[in-house]
Amino acid sequence: MSLLSFFQWLESTQLSVNFHESVWMYPIVESVHVLALCLFLGITVFWDLRLVGVAFGGVPATEIDKRMFPWVKLGFAIMVLSGFGLVLNTPVRYYTNIFFRIKFVMLALAGLNAWVFESGVYKKVKKWDREKLTPSQARMAGAVSLVLWAGIVIAGRMIAYNWFDKR
Amino acid sequence: MLLAFFKWCEASAMGKTISGSVYLFPVVEAVHLLALAVIGGAVLIVDMRLVGLGMRQQPISQVAKDAEPWLIGSLAVMLITGFMLMTSEAMRCYYNGAFWLKMWSLLFATIFTFTVRRRVAFADAVKPMWTKVVGVISVLLWSGVGVGGRGIGFY
Repeated sequence: MSLLSFFQWLESTQLSVNFHESVWMYPIVESVHVLALCLFLGITVFWDLRLVGVAFGGVPATEIDKRMFPWVKLGFAIMVLSGFGLVLNTPVRYYTNIFFRIKFVMLALAGLNAWVFESGVYKKVKKWDREKLTPSQARMAGAVSLVLWAGIVIAGRMIAYNWFDKR
Repeated sequence: MLLAFFKWCEASAMGKTISGSVYLFPVVEAVHLLALAVIGGAVLIVDMRLVGLGMRQQPISQVAKDAEPWLIGSLAVMLITGFMLMTSEAMRCYYNGAFWLKMWSLLFATIFTFTVRRRVAFADAVKPMWTKVVGVISVLLWSGVGVGGRGIGFY
């Protein structure tokens, strides 16, 4: 099944039709998506800033991880669910939107960056847990994450515009 | 008096430039959203700590001190970009209920944050019951700003 036919199938489901025909679903889900950004990305940003070495330098990295990551996970779950709801509103339109595609490429890269960090320098976190100045790989991971997530937010906002949509 | 100010904003060179451009509004809006992520984190991390969640091993005052420059910086970016967005559709905002919900919430949230909340968070000797109350009020006030802000586009 090609990606396009998946989105076409999604659009044909009763769930999508109901969503699209509802007056309130889209505004509510959209608001949840934007406000949950504060929970998910708000905390992620400060984790990245800690890795870069410019915020919460007095707090051990593992302490932020342990106390804040459950909230990041909760925020991420809300983002994914509400994001899926938004796509459900007009699936094929999202599929054809260039900013939607850019957003997903950057999401994949952000995931890859997090995986490299977790399986690399974070394995040796005991050595730099209390250091304000983290190892260069950790600073790099934080900086790359900040840039990617900024790009994801910008691309996400631009999905609303059809500047480059094929007609 | 407010009406005159909003009319002046609508007619201003900045307002006309932004509303007359295809790309300026989305770009300023995107910066507004990026600053939202920072202010959202800066507010939530401290409010969570006040309520007794999040970084519980750290003193409230330390968490609040670490977050404060980011809170002030992101608030400044929010106010500047928000004002720019408003000038581009000033009269629409003037007659928009969600816009006023946002403005009143913003006024109270800002005053509360830099008076009561700041004093309570920096004191370290406040009864947990009161830090919890302050944290909850802060989240509610700032949520009003966010919900109102999102509502402007739908109202």
